[in-house]
Amino acid sequence: MSSSTEWPLWEVFVRSRRGLSHTHAGSLHAPDAEMALRNARDLYTRRNEGVSIWVVPSTQITASSPDEKDSFFDPSADKPYRHPTFYDIPEGVKHL
Amino acid sequence: MATAHQPPSTAPHHPAAGAADTAAPALESAFDAAVAADERIEPRDWMPDAYRATLVRQIAQHAHSEIIGMQPEANWITRAPSLRRKAILMAKVQDEAGHGLYLYSAAETLGASRDDLLDKLHSGRQKYSSIFNYPTLTWADVGAIGWLVDGAAITNQVPLCRCSYGPYARAMVRVCKEESFHQRQGYELLLALSRGTPAQHAMAQDAVDRWWWPSLMMFGPPDAESSHSEQSMIWKIKRHSNDELRQRFVDICVPQAESLGLTLPDPDLKWNEERGQHDFGAIDWSEFWSVLKGNGPCNEQRITQRRRAHEEGAWVREAAAAHAVKHSERKEATA
Repeated sequence: MSSSTEWPLWEVFVRSRRGLSHTHAGSLHAPDAEMALRNARDLYTRRNEGVSIWVVPSTQITASSPDEKDSFFDPSADKPYRHPTFYDIPEGVKHL
Repeated sequence: MATAHQPPSTAPHHPAAGAADTAAPALESAFDAAVAADERIEPRDWMPDAYRATLVRQIAQHAHSEIIGMQPEANWITRAPSLRRKAILMAKVQDEAGHGLYLYSAAETLGASRDDLLDKLHSGRQKYSSIFNYPTLTWADVGAIGWLVDGAAITNQVPLCRCSYGPYARAMVRVCKEESFHQRQGYELLLALSRGTPAQHAMAQDAVDRWWWPSLMMFGPPDAESSHSEQSMIWKIKRHSNDELRQRFVDICVPQAESLGLTLPDPDLKWNEERGQHDFGAIDWSEFWSVLKGNGPCNEQRITQRRRAHEEGAWVREAAAAHAVKHSERKEATA
């Protein structure tokens, strides 16, 4: 069996309807971008789940590391004043 | 080709496959805490080697079952009794292929390779569900598979939507949505036969008689003999025991069979007021183990056909790869 010819892996992002952003749906193997798009259509939109598809070679994605997730996201952890609920507003004040 | 304007914030792939189990105990306790808190484990998170191996084995077996499961039903596509039934059956068999692909992708997030998984299926080193080693003798079998086999699969798979491993759980959400159509088309098919001529009714009853017990075996051996269950429950890969799910399935099926006007082939099947569940007869586990060992009616045929399809498709995969290379070279030349 020709195990030497495994097609590259692609990540598939589907826009389910206009007005929404593309969301990761899953992945698949395909020899090139065009076939990846066609395979993605057959695999992830058999029931009208999408109006637009992106395919991205999995090797092209750069991700943050889960090992350093605490330090990486630290800068926003101690800034509750970025949330509207941080502020005390007298009762009865409207439209705030 | 579509272009992504910004890189996605998460990469779903490329785990540090086989990350050493010698990792700091802090990693292990973080993993245990996440599982205990019902959080999901994602591909690049640290996980124990045994957790990874258990998932690869289970997801691969699940994926193999989906694509082997295409065979018994595809057997009837050319002989479907109407265009409506034929279109439905083709859509269902295509769904099974899709389910296999979702699951192979999920296994790959754990560091498994697609080719290696297929190789293990073809050489018998990984298994698929024994239910697909039974033959589809009549058209009514297509209905019985949809109602009982897919019904049992749904009962098994719904809890897997909350499995601790994110990619597996997400694949199961998609699968379960689609399986619901499979089960309903099977039920409708059987209902049409059951309400048809006496010969059609008898054919439906015969199919249910043959598929009932193997469907109950799909939940796996009794809890006392299930080798992988306990650890899988701790890891929240599994949420309910084999016997618990089997009981749930029996209780669901009894009234459904009544509505079909068909009987289930178990003289001991009766409502137990005290338990609030049905009692049912003893399962012939010697048959289960025998089919699992390769002695079912169709084991040989299923694997032979699977291998042949793969080998005969090799030139298509190679041609597509060659086409891709040619076009990328041409693009570079004109760039």
